[in-house]
Amino acid sequence: MARRRSFDVTRLPGFTAIAILAFVLLYAPIVTLVIYSFNGSSSVNLWGGFSLQWYRIAFENEAVQSAAVRSFVIAASASMIATTVATLAALGTTRRGKFPGQTIIYVMINQPLMVPEIVTAVALLIFFASIKIATGYTGLGYLILAHSAFCVPFAYLPIRARLEGMDSAMETAAADLYASPVQTFRHITLPLLMPGVLAGAMLAFVISLDDVIITEFVKSAGQDTLPTYMLGQLRRALTPEVNAISTVLLAVTIVILTAFFLMTRKRD
Amino acid sequence: MRAKTHRRSKGLNGWLLSLPALVLLLIAASGPLLIVVIYSFLEPGDYSGVRWTFSTDAWFRILFQRDIFDGTVSLADANLSIFWRSVKLSLATTLIAFVLGLPTAWFIATRTPAARAVWLFLITIPFWTNLLIRTFAIMEVIRNQGLMNTALINLGLIETPIQVLYTDTAVLIGMAYVYLPLMVLPLFAAIDRFDFKLIEAGYDLYASRMGVLRRVVLPIIRPGIVAGCILVFVPSLGAYVTPRVLGGGKNMMIGNFIELQFGQGQNWPLGSALSMVLLIVVLAALLIYTRVSSRDDPNG
Repeated sequence: MARRRSFDVTRLPGFTAIAILAFVLLYAPIVTLVIYSFNGSSSVNLWGGFSLQWYRIAFENEAVQSAAVRSFVIAASASMIATTVATLAALGTTRRGKFPGQTIIYVMINQPLMVPEIVTAVALLIFFASIKIATGYTGLGYLILAHSAFCVPFAYLPIRARLEGMDSAMETAAADLYASPVQTFRHITLPLLMPGVLAGAMLAFVISLDDVIITEFVKSAGQDTLPTYMLGQLRRALTPEVNAISTVLLAVTIVILTAFFLMTRKRD
Repeated sequence: MRAKTHRRSKGLNGWLLSLPALVLLLIAASGPLLIVVIYSFLEPGDYSGVRWTFSTDAWFRILFQRDIFDGTVSLADANLSIFWRSVKLSLATTLIAFVLGLPTAWFIATRTPAARAVWLFLITIPFWTNLLIRTFAIMEVIRNQGLMNTALINLGLIETPIQVLYTDTAVLIGMAYVYLPLMVLPLFAAIDRFDFKLIEAGYDLYASRMGVLRRVVLPIIRPGIVAGCILVFVPSLGAYVTPRVLGGGKNMMIGNFIELQFGQGQNWPLGSALSMVLLIVVLAALLIYTRVSSRDDPNG
């Protein structure tokens, strides 16, 4: 009963109403978008009954197919690279006390979170443009490199959080039993760290999959990813095809996020 | 002596293990920023790119223009109006996000732990959802044949659709929509740590509702407020996708103006100088944030 009373005290007038309104405002557009992806009509303005035709059209569209494959290849490569270097960096900067220059490492790693994306995009455009001229190479490497870099902080944070919460007693025990540092890492540290590594890889994957600005500036001709393809479509007449692609991307994001939350919650 | 060597090897290992990440970031994040600084002090090339001649013209042209015929210098009104629009829209976005975000964060923080996890997850989904998808979703709602206008017409409130899309209002609505989760999450983190017994203590000591709010609640959650406002203001100021899609090319913000210099405008040095200005403003905002949060941190 005492609990209830304190609840009444903390409830400020109108706060609950505004909060509910905020949730409705957040979800109404997304739900509308998803519903209209199942629209049987060819117009975005009229509802023509439930249909999967826009999914079929999107799936059969070669531009969409290649953009989807490209998005996946870039996201998978970038999240793998980012997670690998972030794991090493987390091992280097956590649980060993302060060392000279640690702040510089933190600032460097978190730099992609601080610098506006448009500025990084412009910088990479200039930089890669001159490399493209010098080497003649115009492949996916630039996009993978750029994505790997801005994914590093997203991979680093969950891994570091996991490391900080880990007890070092097991590793000490392994070392006491004459395990070499490599063995200790391979059989003790890495398995314990794995949930953090997976969580980091998932976030990096989602971040890479969602990127628009940097991709738009760095990509060479014919290197559209799903988001840049959609951005290009918006200039033309709207069709529910974009809704269908959005819904698929949304579903992928929600699945990965749910897995992420289940995995990080187990830790608590 | 041994302790010192140990400490040095710890530092060395730390640097060695971080090295791959640092090299990657140096190549594809920090390093190229230095090139932007250099480019901002060069002359534009004939079609695109730069000519390797030192010039401060790009920085000059951010604020001023020189008349081609008589060489008189005046303020570059077009640029100023874009800067003003960016700042104005970003501030308005921050305000709207705060007005909606504070009650939302408060609501989530006062639920039972199980319900709190669910509400928090509901905030996190839009946070991680593709920005373009969310911009596209809000576009569907506010366009002339969209949900909003159709509903208003069916209710008999208006006769013809209100043109919201491709106006500053559309950009504002869009940015408030896409950045709202960035306001809610840090506010929630601050309110969540708040001990609600302090409110009862305040009431027990005969403080009024406003008194409790101003003297007890506000000072404790202030770091969260600052964090939320900075986290919304910073990406709003550098926004590119939302103004491009919802502003329809006419209502540019600084991000779109920068892109223009690398597209049809073809003035790479000016684009570089503008990027630096944006970066400096953003870093200043972040610096204020770290100052305020370290001052408010009870642990030191």
